[in-house]
Amino acid sequence: MTIVFAVGLVSWQWVLPFLGVERYLLPPLTDVLEALWDARSELLRGARITFSEAIGGFVIGCSVAFACALGLARWRPLGNALMPYMVAANAVPIVAFAPITNAWFGTLSPWSKVVIAAILCFFPVLVNTLRGLTSVRPEALELMRSYAAPQRVVFRRVRIPNSLPFVLSALKIASVLAMIGAVVGDYFGGSTEALGVMIVSSVSLAQYETAWAAILVASVLGIAFYGAVALVERLVLGWHPSIRAGVE
Amino acid sequence: MSGPEVVVQARGVSKVFAKGGVTALQDIDLDVARGEFVSLIGPSGCGKSTLLRVIGDLVEPTAGEILVNGKPAHRARLDRDYGIVFQAAVLYDWRTVAKNIALPLELLGWSRARRAERVAEMLELVELEGFERHYPWQLSGGMQQRVSIARALSFSPALLLMDEPFGALDEMTRERLNDELLRIWAETGSTVIFVTHSISEAVYLSTRVVVMSARPGRITTVIPIDLAQPRTFATREDPRFFELVTEVREALHAGGADV
Ligand SMILES: Nc1ncnc2c1ncn2[C@@H]1O[C@H](COP(=O)(O)OP(=O)(O)OP(=O)(O)O)[C@@H](O)[C@H]1O
Ligand SMILES: [Mg+2]
Repeated sequence: MTIVFAVGLVSWQWVLPFLGVERYLLPPLTDVLEALWDARSELLRGARITFSEAIGGFVIGCSVAFACALGLARWRPLGNALMPYMVAANAVPIVAFAPITNAWFGTLSPWSKVVIAAILCFFPVLVNTLRGLTSVRPEALELMRSYAAPQRVVFRRVRIPNSLPFVLSALKIASVLAMIGAVVGDYFGGSTEALGVMIVSSVSLAQYETAWAAILVASVLGIAFYGAVALVERLVLGWHPSIRAGVE
Repeated sequence: MSGPEVVVQARGVSKVFAKGGVTALQDIDLDVARGEFVSLIGPSGCGKSTLLRVIGDLVEPTAGEILVNGKPAHRARLDRDYGIVFQAAVLYDWRTVAKNIALPLELLGWSRARRAERVAEMLELVELEGFERHYPWQLSGGMQQRVSIARALSFSPALLLMDEPFGALDEMTRERLNDELLRIWAETGSTVIFVTHSISEAVYLSTRVVVMSARPGRITTVIPIDLAQPRTFATREDPRFFELVTEVREALHAGGADV
């Protein structure tokens, strides 16, 4: 893996220019790193803004989705009636709505990006959580019934723990989607300091090195966010065979 | 109350599943006295699991009445009068062995100290000391089934409902768990209703074997098992054991013949 990484970096720096790849296509690595260093304070500020939008959207989208999934699992007829629409909505290219949320909340407001990120996170988390809450072995429920456990207890002791592997893999997907939502939301306008806005304006000014530096920052943030959620997954699912087998 | 106390009383119990219109049970009358070990045996699909579920109030009968400890089955379930063990060990994957066994105790509101004490006793009973912190997937099938038996026994229900608990196990493990179950039954003085496919298992374990026939599920014969207690290795070689096995087999075939 390290070798692949090194080969990638080397070809970025020397092989691509040698092959005549133009600067506007992909500038050499060292130029990008230089731009990264020169624009470090702007990039840091932009990263903070865009990352907060992503986190905000992630937290709101995922918690609303989890709450909705609980409701739909509790009242199954409602859940069964709505499920096809949820699955369909999950397939809609939601980033297409970014200009609309700008119109709703104002182009400069971070909320338009938070909302896009939140909607992007909402459907996968809802659909997966609902699946996790309802895919409980019938005997596991009969056992709770034999203990005369009320629904609240069935949820707390059986349905929610059963859903956790589903929820956490949805959260990993959502972490990626939240970053995409925030950056793409920026593309349609926002505070000039935001990372996505920086990418767009640098490109229009032909400052490709700065644009790539910003993309690099966004990528690192996205990977770090995903990694953090994956870490939480490991901690929460300590009991799960897949996790345990990996550790031992 | 005079005579042996009745734990389960089924009167004219029938069950028709609306889905598919299958008559799973027809006109079941069965009394089980305290301390009995009753096995239900019959061809696949004859309604053994359904009868167990009706007794446990997990399924509503279409007609008839079930009394458990003199109460309607529904009341008995709310009073947690019985423990149930399913064919496959139904353990909660996210709970350790100790926490699986403690689950009913948590729901009953036992204190942590009391739960820990009881879990230790139960682990000793099913010979799983040292495994309390393991997760279900780290155990063999037989060990998992012993955990679910320990869980069913943890709150000392007077009645134990077991649906083919050893069905998926190899013969050696099965015989060992049979002896373990008999030992627990003798030690706790509980009443057991036990579903099985195995004629020899039914004869070996039971004080009575209830033979059922298929479609509609009815009780065709009840055979008292007069083998000496406690049952041991020698029981399996007792000529009387073979006579009873033959008797149950013939009853099963007679039941199958008139379907
Ligand atoms: N939930 C259900 N809905 C509809 N039909 C059912 C349901 N459960 C059982 N049945 C039907 O009732 C009949 C009896 O089923 P049951 O599971 O009680 O049989 P069984 O004697 O336990 O069989 P086996 O020995 O194979 O476990 C079967 O014909 C089955 O198809
Ligand atoms: Mg069955």
